Amino acid sequence: MAQIATAAAPLLKIRKLHKSYGANEVLKGISLDIHEGEVVSIIGASGSGKSTFLRCLNLMETPTSGFMDFERFAFDYEQGARRQPTPQQLCALRARIGMVFQSYNLWPHMTVLENVIEAPIQVRRMPRRQAVAEAEALLQRIGLYEKRHAYPSKLSGGQQQRVAIVRALAMAPKVMLFDEVTSALDPELVGEVLALIGSLAAEGMTMLLVTHEMAFARDVGTRTLFFDGGVIAEDGPPDDIIGAPRSERLRQFLRRVLHQPAALGETA
Amino acid sequence: MSVAALQDWWLTLSDEVVTYGPGFVSATLVVLGVTVASILVSWVCGLLGALGKRSSFAPVRALASFYVWFIRGTPTLVQVFIVYFGMPQIGVKLSPITAGIIALGVSSGAYVAETIRAGLAAIPRGQVESALALGMNPRIMMVRIVLPQVFRMILPALTNEAISAVKNTSLLSTITVVELTLYAQLMIATTFRPFDFYIAAALIYLGLTSILSQLSAFFERRYARLS
Repeated sequence: MAQIATAAAPLLKIRKLHKSYGANEVLKGISLDIHEGEVVSIIGASGSGKSTFLRCLNLMETPTSGFMDFERFAFDYEQGARRQPTPQQLCALRARIGMVFQSYNLWPHMTVLENVIEAPIQVRRMPRRQAVAEAEALLQRIGLYEKRHAYPSKLSGGQQQRVAIVRALAMAPKVMLFDEVTSALDPELVGEVLALIGSLAAEGMTMLLVTHEMAFARDVGTRTLFFDGGVIAEDGPPDDIIGAPRSERLRQFLRRVLHQPAALGETA
Repeated sequence: MSVAALQDWWLTLSDEVVTYGPGFVSATLVVLGVTVASILVSWVCGLLGALGKRSSFAPVRALASFYVWFIRGTPTLVQVFIVYFGMPQIGVKLSPITAGIIALGVSSGAYVAETIRAGLAAIPRGQVESALALGMNPRIMMVRIVLPQVFRMILPALTNEAISAVKNTSLLSTITVVELTLYAQLMIATTFRPFDFYIAAALIYLGLTSILSQLSAFFERRYARLS
């Protein structure tokens, strides 16, 4: 009976999320429920607000207004509201939501292993021995155990990005956010990173990915959001959204990213 | 110069080394002590100055800017005089050595602050973001992720500053600290042999600064390998 209750409650609840930079409103009221185990790909043209949305989820960006509910955290950014996060809550929330960036951002002065154990030791207060054991198991899994004492500069882009993913996983997050994590990679290195993300999806990790890999979004994703002009323009199963786009805006967007010939006379 | 005069000079020099050697050693120890202490003070002042300049609190920023502006715009010798001769007038009386360490440290700190500020600005935003995204608080992020990278980057500049710190200890000869320069002066007053004593002092300074350069080169090579 407990299962019914948990199945119904979303893991992450977002309501009327707005984000402006000065007069420029990037997010214009996003409301969304994310349930455990969902793999949500977020697509859309650059400037549509998809990265900003992702960054608002772990509060790398502070929403201008809106409401957010995740585990024991409930934040309300309405003006004058008292439920904005304290610095401690901010750290605690981020420790539960992993984020991987386009540019890997491994720390160059630390070895692969040191990169992975740093946050578990400093943030989760894990004993070093345990952090090392867990990190080595994770590195084993992605086939980079042999490189554990190497510095990031000695690794390929794909290897660095996989270490960055493992570094986030070492915090045992509840949700993973991927912000265009294959965009900076050479084409032949994209596959290894997508394979790792795919294996996480298969294990039931809840995740949101901003991506341009449409095939990957269709194969691995359980849900696709199309962002357009700061709102969610379409939301549904990947096969429907990518396979059978309803709006003309989405059709245009898909033609551009899939490099399909545009209809005669169409302007991008 | 005749051969006889040269021989005479050499004999006297040998005597001098025996007679004044111990004095030079203790004067050198004073230089070393003052240098190390003033470098430590300068790093603290530099770090506070650099972080102060990046503070979100305007009065702190103004104070840090004023500090750097004042120090860089006035001679170090005058700063030493302000601390040693000036402060007693407002009730703060310090021993010559304490006053000297504070003056040299605070003075050098302004230059260190500018160096650290430039180093901080050179750390990519992504380094900070990845640390914060893992739940690190700003203090851990600074201490574990940002400052170690800044330190490696600015090591050459810090070495130059440390070399200046060695040489600037000679300014304390003016406030009765018996370091190398004042020791040489005092001995010259009784021996009337300025060439020998100033050259000896110069060679010792040169030895100290050369050791620093070598140390720095060693660390740079080490860090270049470990990254």
